[in-house]
Amino acid sequence: MFYDALIGPFTEFEFMRRALAAVIALSLAGAPIGVFLMLRRMSLVGDAMAHAILPGAAVGFLLSGLNLFAMTAGGLIAGFAVAILAGVVSRSTGLKEDASLATFYLASLALGVTIVSIKGTNIDLLHVLFGNILAMDDQTLLVVAFNATVTLLVLAVIYRPLVIESVDPLFLRTVSRAGGPAHLAFLALVVVNLVNGFQALGTLLAVGLMILPAGIARFWSRDLTAMICIAVIVAAVSGYAGLVLSFQTRVPSGPAIILVASGLYIVSVLFGRVGGVIRQLFPGRHLEA
Amino acid sequence: MAALHFHNVTLGYDRHPAVHHLNGEVAPGALVAVIGPNGAGKSTLLRGIVGILKPLDGSIHLGELDSRDIAYLPQSAEIDRSFPISVFDFVATGLWRATGLFGGIGKAARDKILHAIAGVGLNGFENRPIGTLSGGQTQRVLFARVLLQDASLIVLDEPFNAIDSKTTIDLLALVKHWHGEGRTVLAALHDLDMVRTHFSETLVLARGPVAWGPTAEVLTPENLMVAMRMCEAFDDSAAACAADDARSRAA
Repeated sequence: MFYDALIGPFTEFEFMRRALAAVIALSLAGAPIGVFLMLRRMSLVGDAMAHAILPGAAVGFLLSGLNLFAMTAGGLIAGFAVAILAGVVSRSTGLKEDASLATFYLASLALGVTIVSIKGTNIDLLHVLFGNILAMDDQTLLVVAFNATVTLLVLAVIYRPLVIESVDPLFLRTVSRAGGPAHLAFLALVVVNLVNGFQALGTLLAVGLMILPAGIARFWSRDLTAMICIAVIVAAVSGYAGLVLSFQTRVPSGPAIILVASGLYIVSVLFGRVGGVIRQLFPGRHLEA
Repeated sequence: MAALHFHNVTLGYDRHPAVHHLNGEVAPGALVAVIGPNGAGKSTLLRGIVGILKPLDGSIHLGELDSRDIAYLPQSAEIDRSFPISVFDFVATGLWRATGLFGGIGKAARDKILHAIAGVGLNGFENRPIGTLSGGQTQRVLFARVLLQDASLIVLDEPFNAIDSKTTIDLLALVKHWHGEGRTVLAALHDLDMVRTHFSETLVLARGPVAWGPTAEVLTPENLMVAMRMCEAFDDSAAACAADDARSRAA
């Protein structure tokens, strides 16, 4: 019975296997990015970026219909434009990054909604907003896996400056010029992963598989490497459990995945080893030293 | 060849100068104290030396030094103490010049890092997250990183602020050790007794140089009085600098 519920769907249906592969690829790349977003206090920046992608995807959709390549390319262009413009404006004027990003993403979102409203049906719009991981074809899966691979490679290159810039930006400025490029590359990775999550979870939930696992990991470890590993595992488990839940109950797959992750988040807030509520209420007797 | 050469340097923010027309040079291996009241431009000058702030006018020459040969300890380091990084890893960033993006940290480098941590008296703290350290311990960690940077010019901005006497004595010993190794050290300080006892050269700053030379000659009541009286006002409608006008008319 357990076999039927937990493994059966994947041995029986190819679309479930593809969805599982996609969600694991998304977890491997997206969760580490999410950890850095959180540690750099940019969680909501990720959310804003997700909205900023919309007009690009919409233009792609206008030009070639529901074609993932066109929509992905459009999303990437729009996302990069907003990320880089916001980054450049804040670095050259001293305006805080969140403030300049808010301006650009609002403009971008307004443009996106305008474009979608010119052409397109409600079903298309639903697909754009919430994604459909169960409709993933081989080509799309390859694109997702490719993006995930590139993300991990680039992250390996910028890892050190990214960490140092997060802890002590002034120090990095005095020893190296890598801080600015590393930050821009990181923003680019955020965009790539949002677009990546877009087919599976839609523009509105794509950031969920990045931020929620990162938030969960924060409750279980004080070590960066461990946090990244925990986040990846949590993301993959949420993805798998969400797919099973969606298969058994007809809840749409994207929301199912995010709901599972949210459940894990609540458990972590309550029982987390690092700063969890229970731990704070009952810390045990104080130590000798 | 001077380690540092100031040529009519004016540093400031948004056209308003904080340090006005500074000339002079720092000899290699000098141990220089920079003193002056709050707002005198001490931090601004140090930021100019490190290259974070571009001079509004004039120039600062580093001699044969690259800007990477400078180790800089800012007054209030913008460290995100909640970031999950251990004392060991944090101090290790001081090796950036040797490791760069990808260089591995081998046995020799590990020993160096452990040695630096021991050198500031923090044995046993290697695996502690930086967020759990006290103010004094954090300052020790920052000194350990400067130690690893192995820089020929060390710039310290009020390194002993809010630091207890034991820690100050330990860290001051490090500063003198650096001086003994022939490194050039500039430190912004407020403790005049410390300056008198330990620093051979002093620059008294009050939005411009008041006096600069051997500490015993410079640290006079008259000079300190002039520095105290200096005007902290930031005049929004200040006219263009007259000293510059005079010079351009003369030219």
